[in-house]
Amino acid sequence: MTAAHGHEIVTHTSNLLRWIPLLPLIGAAINFLVGSRIQRKMGRGAVAGLATAMPAMSFVLVVMSFLQLKGYPTDERIIIDHVWKWIHIGTLNADIAFQFDPLSAVMCLVITGIGSLIHVYSHGYMDDEPAAWRFFALLNLFMFAMLCLVLGDNLLMMFLGWEGVGLCSWGLIGFWFSEMANARAGNKAFIVNRVGDFGFTLGVFLLFWTLDSHGAGTVVFRELANSVHLIANDQLWGTTVATVVTLFLFVGATGKSAQIPLYVWLPDAMAGPTPVSALIHAATMVTAGVYMIARMNFLFDMAPFTGQVITTIGALTAFFAATIGLAQNDIKKVLAYSTVSQLGYMFIGVGVGAYAAGVFHLVTHAFFKACLFLGSGSIIHAMHHEQDMRNMGGLKNYMPRTYWTFLIATIAIAGIPPLAGFFSKDEILWKAFNYNPAIWAVGFAAAGMTAFYMFRLVFMTFFGECRADHHTVEHLHESSGFMTWPLVILAVGSVFAGFLGVPAALGGSNMFEQWLEPVMAHSAHGGGHDVHGGHHNLTLEYGLMAGSVLFAMCGIFLAHLMYNRKSINPDGIAQIAGGRLHTLIYNKYYIDEIYQVVWVDGSLGLAKMLSWFDKNVVDGIVNGAASVTKLVSFINGRIDLHVVDGLVNKTASLVHGVGGAVRRIQTGSINAYLYVIVIVVTAVLFARTW
Amino acid sequence: MENILTYMTFIPLLGMFAVLALPRDNYNLIRWTALGFTIPGLIMAIWLYANFDRTTAGMQFMVRYEWIPRYNIQYIMGIDGLSVTMVLLTGLLCPICLLASFNIEKAVKGYFALFLLLNAGMMGVFCSLDFFLFYIFWEVMLLPMYFLIGIWGGPRREYAAIKFFLYTLLGSVLMLIAMLALYFHNDPHTFDMLVLMEQSGTYSRVFQTWAWIGLFIGFAIKIPAFPFHTWLPDAHVEAPTAISVILAGVLLKMGTYGILRLCYPVLPLATQDMAFWALAVLGTWNIVYGALCAMAQTDMKKLVAYSSISHMGYVMLGMATLTPQGINGAILQMFNHGTVTAMLFLLVGVVYDRAHHRDINGFGGLASVMPTYTGIMAIAFFAAMGLPGLSAFISEVLVLIGAWQYSKPLTIIAATAVILTAGYMLWMLQRVWLGPVNEKYADMEDVTTRELVTLIPLAIIVMILGVYPHAVLDLINPTLLALNETVLNATPAVAQLVAP
Repeated sequence: MTAAHGHEIVTHTSNLLRWIPLLPLIGAAINFLVGSRIQRKMGRGAVAGLATAMPAMSFVLVVMSFLQLKGYPTDERIIIDHVWKWIHIGTLNADIAFQFDPLSAVMCLVITGIGSLIHVYSHGYMDDEPAAWRFFALLNLFMFAMLCLVLGDNLLMMFLGWEGVGLCSWGLIGFWFSEMANARAGNKAFIVNRVGDFGFTLGVFLLFWTLDSHGAGTVVFRELANSVHLIANDQLWGTTVATVVTLFLFVGATGKSAQIPLYVWLPDAMAGPTPVSALIHAATMVTAGVYMIARMNFLFDMAPFTGQVITTIGALTAFFAATIGLAQNDIKKVLAYSTVSQLGYMFIGVGVGAYAAGVFHLVTHAFFKACLFLGSGSIIHAMHHEQDMRNMGGLKNYMPRTYWTFLIATIAIAGIPPLAGFFSKDEILWKAFNYNPAIWAVGFAAAGMTAFYMFRLVFMTFFGECRADHHTVEHLHESSGFMTWPLVILAVGSVFAGFLGVPAALGGSNMFEQWLEPVMAHSAHGGGHDVHGGHHNLTLEYGLMAGSVLFAMCGIFLAHLMYNRKSINPDGIAQIAGGRLHTLIYNKYYIDEIYQVVWVDGSLGLAKMLSWFDKNVVDGIVNGAASVTKLVSFINGRIDLHVVDGLVNKTASLVHGVGGAVRRIQTGSINAYLYVIVIVVTAVLFARTW
Repeated sequence: MENILTYMTFIPLLGMFAVLALPRDNYNLIRWTALGFTIPGLIMAIWLYANFDRTTAGMQFMVRYEWIPRYNIQYIMGIDGLSVTMVLLTGLLCPICLLASFNIEKAVKGYFALFLLLNAGMMGVFCSLDFFLFYIFWEVMLLPMYFLIGIWGGPRREYAAIKFFLYTLLGSVLMLIAMLALYFHNDPHTFDMLVLMEQSGTYSRVFQTWAWIGLFIGFAIKIPAFPFHTWLPDAHVEAPTAISVILAGVLLKMGTYGILRLCYPVLPLATQDMAFWALAVLGTWNIVYGALCAMAQTDMKKLVAYSSISHMGYVMLGMATLTPQGINGAILQMFNHGTVTAMLFLLVGVVYDRAHHRDINGFGGLASVMPTYTGIMAIAFFAAMGLPGLSAFISEVLVLIGAWQYSKPLTIIAATAVILTAGYMLWMLQRVWLGPVNEKYADMEDVTTRELVTLIPLAIIVMILGVYPHAVLDLINPTLLALNETVLNATPAVAQLVAP
């Protein structure tokens, strides 16, 4: 379909596309249904092998589709696979259909590529897991849902993936569910995400109906892109419809991508096995919100106010999460807050309209954060599930491969050139500076903190003396090849992924931005905010780059002084302001506690109140009415007894009759009743004439 | 197969006589005979599904016989897109529930005879197109239900059964009055629903409103709509598992079915006036109130009962919107709630059979003990939460999309239930299935083959309808669009010309 104003979209079709998500689904189905039997008879390797083969084959298909896409002219780069009609009611048409365009291609490459590596790694990590089949089935199901999310050609397909990844996330966070804390963390993740989904669905409804009022109701992305200009003048609740829709959608993004105020589930999600944290809670699922905004860029371009909100929330999240990361001692918690913080950067990117920059950071982050999480998993595995960094130290001698790959990824996230993080983060900061220097300043401060807390982590775990107990130290060893080779590949990615998007200022051509150009093309005339053109001021751009590198170096040096050379006592710094600041940060600003009281206890209290109301008031009226009726009939009976003498005998016999009936129910002799019913029913039914 | 609907209704009744003729102590013979008499219903339901004309809005498989000519009472049966889903649901759930009743040990003969009578009554309600016949079946269904709860129920069964009976009787009386009013309002007097629909233009607005209220209260009790809902948790808690399934799976739908079958086409003007407050607002309140009450429950069955109240609210909200999405979503939700809640009650029954209690806080870690059971449970729970890919998502999202067009504030309030539902379902799941294993139930047996046979077909339907909802939507859409038009296009002008 083409809207009146839009240009003709040339699309290609391919039936191969559906197999990208379907293969992992088949893997999940097999492992769910017969996985436990396979594992018992053929061992854990068979289960893991099957589960790894599926996303690996998907990866091959993605690469093939990518090459196919590349062969088309830029304005024809879209492949459709229509599987069957899903929901066609009224003007609402949503199909089970997949769409492969440059943006989906990037996402699919990351998901299947890194996803397959993490499957391989999991085989090593879950080496003593009796329910490995369940783990791999859920992991495959996750791949399916995530691929639906990025390949779906309409908002409802995206939502299918969107909630599907939530389900798998729930199952994997609570994978070791015999610990109540893990089960609780899974529930928290799902329910907090539901708050976001609530906003997301309302946004979809509003968008659909507003377009429908112009005769163009649709939820299919490419049709939306063509007809979204129709709603430019629609107003709702004192602002434009585009603003309301995008704000609703952004609520969904804050849930899935762990932004203020819905970030609280992500740190708890670390209760899951570490490969899960790497795949779902760092590299793929949590980036869904960023993907969604990039996918809907044509709409977000129409809502500059939403852009401001997103940018502000992103910057605040980047900053606050970084401050919390400064003081955590659990290795995975540090990485979790770092993820929240990095996601904040991505939102700054998409918020200022630099969608390609946001997605670029998503890609580089996927490499180095997956590498970091898997590295931490390698440590945790070797340390017998110890996660407290205060009990680590000196591990670089025991685990050299883990150490080197971890170090590379840390340098990458710290933003030191020429590693991946530098290019993507600096691109965002540069765009942010052109948008609003205050946002840049917040992001800049967070970048310094990131460098500090990441190197604090490295120094505490890999340097100095090992503080673990004697027994653990004795058994310390490098992890198996299943675990270290994925680390090596991800580390290589962390080094080189940045070269995909070298900005013009550094002599590159920003291949990445060019590749995504067809998806973002519509945004050029969308109005809103212009972040292009700033590239001309080279001196300023160089200055900012140098500044952020220098600042990151300072952070690293400070971490070195505090945690490696120990010439500054961290405890002394913690005592600033009477230690209250440190306590506040260490306890994550008590946000979890506040939410518990306000939302969880609040709704439980309301639930108990309504339940009481139901039982005592609503039902009380019912029972009260019954009592009144009984009383009336009793009085009536007395009047009969004393006043109407002639009826005395009749009343008595009636009471006797009813009493007898009740007795018979109680004795369970019901055949008599049955016959009565039967006779009555048949008499009525077959009485042809009266 | 012209008389297929008659067969579907009366074969179970024959079954009742057959069971009554069997020796009282041969339990297995009674069980299998009873099951045997529900299977034709299932087969005919499948045949109906295959042969149902998906292009027409009108009645199909219609039969019409004179019954009591003196009062112009006829035997009319027929189904359209609205009733076919309910007939399918009844045909599906009856054999499943019968199989789930095989562990009944008390007065076996009576139980199965009454069950078959109930089956006949339910089928008759959905098939009859003569109001008098409809009313007879409505009452026929009430009696066995009363005894099934009152005799085979839990400790407070008599209270629950009498409450159910009196409540429904109150509804029946109001319905009877409205029915007679309609009957005498037409000349010649008739109970023929199709004639009543045709003549709807001749009813004045005031008359429609009163008749609507009478019918609505009767049906609202069945749905059950706030504030007429308190019989439901009691009835569910006391009823045996299979009866809870029938109650939630089929009987509740009779309320919303009745509104759509009678209030909508026969009293369209009143529907226009009343839909907002009586259906949309009350439905939204049902959704949120039911969800919040569910959250506070500690009895598994009571929780599922309140979740039914919440989920039936979607049906009311959807039908009130009079949009294609809303009304299609409402009927699909009736079907989906029938399968999903049936699963939930069956699953609770499995645990109850083993542990003999349903206290949510009295278990823990069942997932480690009963893995297969837990897998099926997860499907049902997430379906109840409206997870995309499973059936209930489609109907809930259609209802909410329709509702958004109708009233944004109501939709926003109703949509909060997606959070609340996830809250109470997951919290129950966590307390019963996750966490450390409760030593008391460490050797609880996983689902048996019989239990699997009752659960798996439902699970498959729930999954298929999640990805291919048109399997049902194609059946219902033409009828519902026509129904929408009837209500939306009804104008008082015609009515005032004729009204006295």
